[in-house]
Amino acid sequence: MSNESTRLRRRLAVEGASSVWFRAAGYFALLVFGVIGATLVWKSLPVLTEYSLVELLTSATWDPARNSFGFMPAIVGTLAVSGISMAIGAPIAILTAIYLAEYATDPWKTVISSFVDALAAIPGVVFGLVGLIVVVPFVGDYLAPVFGVDSAGQGILTASLVMSIIVTPFIVSLTVESLEALPLELREATLSVGATEWEVTKHVLLRAAGPGILSALLLGFGRVFGATIVPAMLIGSQTLVPETVFSPGQTLTTIIVNDFGELMSLPLTQSALIFVGLLLLVVVWLFNFAAMLLRRRLERRWQY
Amino acid sequence: MTETDTAIETDDLRVTYTADQSVEALKGVSVGFAENELTTIIGPSGCGKTTLLKSLNRLHDIEPSAEVAGDVYVEGEPLYDTDRPVPEIRRKVGYVPQTPTPLPMSIYDNVAYGAKLHDDYSNAELDDVVETSLRKANLWDEVNGRLDAPGAGLSAGQIQRLCLARSLAVDPDVLLCDEVTSALDPVSAKEVEDTLETLKSEYSIVMVTHSMEQSQRIADTVAFLYLGELVEKTGVETFFEDPDDERTERFVAGETIVDTP
Repeated sequence: MSNESTRLRRRLAVEGASSVWFRAAGYFALLVFGVIGATLVWKSLPVLTEYSLVELLTSATWDPARNSFGFMPAIVGTLAVSGISMAIGAPIAILTAIYLAEYATDPWKTVISSFVDALAAIPGVVFGLVGLIVVVPFVGDYLAPVFGVDSAGQGILTASLVMSIIVTPFIVSLTVESLEALPLELREATLSVGATEWEVTKHVLLRAAGPGILSALLLGFGRVFGATIVPAMLIGSQTLVPETVFSPGQTLTTIIVNDFGELMSLPLTQSALIFVGLLLLVVVWLFNFAAMLLRRRLERRWQY
Repeated sequence: MTETDTAIETDDLRVTYTADQSVEALKGVSVGFAENELTTIIGPSGCGKTTLLKSLNRLHDIEPSAEVAGDVYVEGEPLYDTDRPVPEIRRKVGYVPQTPTPLPMSIYDNVAYGAKLHDDYSNAELDDVVETSLRKANLWDEVNGRLDAPGAGLSAGQIQRLCLARSLAVDPDVLLCDEVTSALDPVSAKEVEDTLETLKSEYSIVMVTHSMEQSQRIADTVAFLYLGELVEKTGVETFFEDPDDERTERFVAGETIVDTP
């Protein structure tokens, strides 16, 4: 009897301790976010007090040596690289995912899936190297002349092309997962009214998996938006607003990579670069928030 | 008992699942289902009831590990040994799964979906198809006025009737129902049962069920499947009161079936 009650007391003690642990781990995530946010805000204050926010965001002149901190070139570069990469990568990824989840049979399904997964595991810097050897001459020597543009090969488009390949496997895996999680009955019920397999996919499966696919795209976007090493290797690093997609440019991340070494010793430049970090954080956070709202809407609308 | 026409029949139908190890789920079943009757397929779990049902509109086609041999005939036309496109075949043989499965669209579109694929209806004609189908499925009065709401917002019992309406909208000859009431509470189940009873004058219904009471209530004919073989198929009264086979007798009595060779 007393043995039983000690046992129970011990179990309840572990129960109590564990809930404290888990709660602490959860709050820790909040704390980390808070610390990062606070640091970035604090360190951004010097440049923010010196210049107006509008000026920082809209000025096209980036010349830290003369205390000109215009982020327009990097903002345009980031938007262009993210936009073009997603425009190329997302359709390829979704088509690949539909093929893998709905059409492919073994052995092809297994073979292709494993290569897609392997692609996701290759470090970005390797993609950057291959991009330098393959994509840079392709764009500079063949693609740009077709459009009558003079290009050394490094530029917005080159970085975007490589980023679109990098982002694909992540979108593919998550999209395949959302499609395969759908119940078999959804397919059977739709096929049974005489729909073809493509009609089932287009009208029913893509909708039912829509919220999951949206998350996949968002994750992909986050990766491109925050991509650092590949754009740094391929974009040409000219802090000017690009004129064409073949122009060299700069993104918000590459501007930090390129300038943080020597220029960090200048307090105002340091503050300006940290402000870029803050900008990245805020945009990604807003984007996640908007996507969450959109996802909820889709889940309600395309309920199954 | 007078001979009725056969709506759909199988000829030495064999289905083998080859996923991990080869399992013969149907071992040469030849059975006919009469026109405008409700036939229930009963039998213990894992005896091949659902496998039989799905082979009647080629749903095994999407399962690479299922191999089908033998054939199924709808009005004399083969289902498997044919050049006819599979969607056209499936259209004639509707299927309602066990789990209530609304499509991710509005109530209206759930019903109109199949119809829209097959024909160019005007809006008015489509409205008509949707209303007729929903009325046949005894759902019209409950959803009229909120046809634009998502199908998934209905109750499980309503969704099963929505699935019936969706199948009816493409004008099938045969309706396959896989334990369509097993996920429902008794009241909803009764509503679905009543709907099926009114439908059987127009459609040939083949229904898998676990419930012998349900078979007694709504079936005209009962087929008993055991270990992938058809034990017997007979009129509902004979089946429950004076079956031919000893295994049927034991199953009906709720006893363990000893496989007599």
